Amino acid sequence: MKELSLHLLDIAENSIAAEAKCIKIVVNEDSRSDLLQMIVEDDGRGMNPEMVEKVIDPFTTTRTTRKVGLGIPLLKAAAEACNGFLTIDSQQGKGTKIFVQFQRSHIDRMPLGDLVTTIMNLLVANLQIHWIFQYKYNDKVFIFDDHPIKTELENVPLSEPGILNCIREMLKSGILEINPDFLTDQVSIS
Amino acid sequence: MSTIKSLDDLKRAKEEALKKRELKATSGAAQVIVGMGTCGIAAGARDTMKAILETIEQDSITGVIVTQTGCIGLCEREPIVQVIIGEQPKVTYGKVTPEVARKIMKEHVKAGKIVSNNVINL
Repeated sequence: MKELSLHLLDIAENSIAAEAKCIKIVVNEDSRSDLLQMIVEDDGRGMNPEMVEKVIDPFTTTRTTRKVGLGIPLLKAAAEACNGFLTIDSQQGKGTKIFVQFQRSHIDRMPLGDLVTTIMNLLVANLQIHWIFQYKYNDKVFIFDDHPIKTELENVPLSEPGILNCIREMLKSGILEINPDFLTDQVSIS
Repeated sequence: MSTIKSLDDLKRAKEEALKKRELKATSGAAQVIVGMGTCGIAAGARDTMKAILETIEQDSITGVIVTQTGCIGLCEREPIVQVIIGEQPKVTYGKVTPEVARKIMKEHVKAGKIVSNNVINL
């Protein structure tokens, strides 16, 4: 995968598969400490420590069913190649939190890429889930919570033409307000 | 804050959607399912879905439910898109590039004609 936002989509898929009711996606960029962090936090069924081990290194065990894939090991490797790391904090019955950190200016750090499309796809295709998306750049924060939107829409799905446009604009303008260079400054090597 | 304005915009979009859906209520709802497993995403499913949503917007296709599914065991044929219209049987498409996705939306979802080149016979 060529974009961090593709990884985010992939990691969020695990939360959906874990039957989460609420999924929070956080992207933190800090140019001063030169860090880029991403968090996917859910209230799904969670994992026991054994399972966490398997998820991190799929080659240490012989699985009979393909319950977990290569998504997390791929992201972990990408982070470690950029002076970063990935941690999993999971409790059975409570949920899972994936935290990944990169050196933001690292030459091998993938661009964030099309973050808006990642979030749009998750929102539209998983109406049963409460989504919270947070983008932070240095000290400024943009929070997108789909709950008030769904309350407003009542039973009208997000996949109606005018509504799609509305939500895309909300996400795009929210991110750009926090970081006006978002679209051009994704592979900055400063 | 612009959020208030956006909620107003949303309200307007909702009213419009409700009007259009009433007109369409008799023709049977369409469901479009996109494979979003790691295999699907790596093969380009995110942009396939983006193309589907953009076609809904550009062609004002109303009454479509877009959902997603995980890996269905046909990784080599990802991105996979399935279409269900009303009571008709599910049609599974493979190798759905954004271009093919736009075609499926225009021809199958909007006009009811299956795009036979990309159909996977299960």
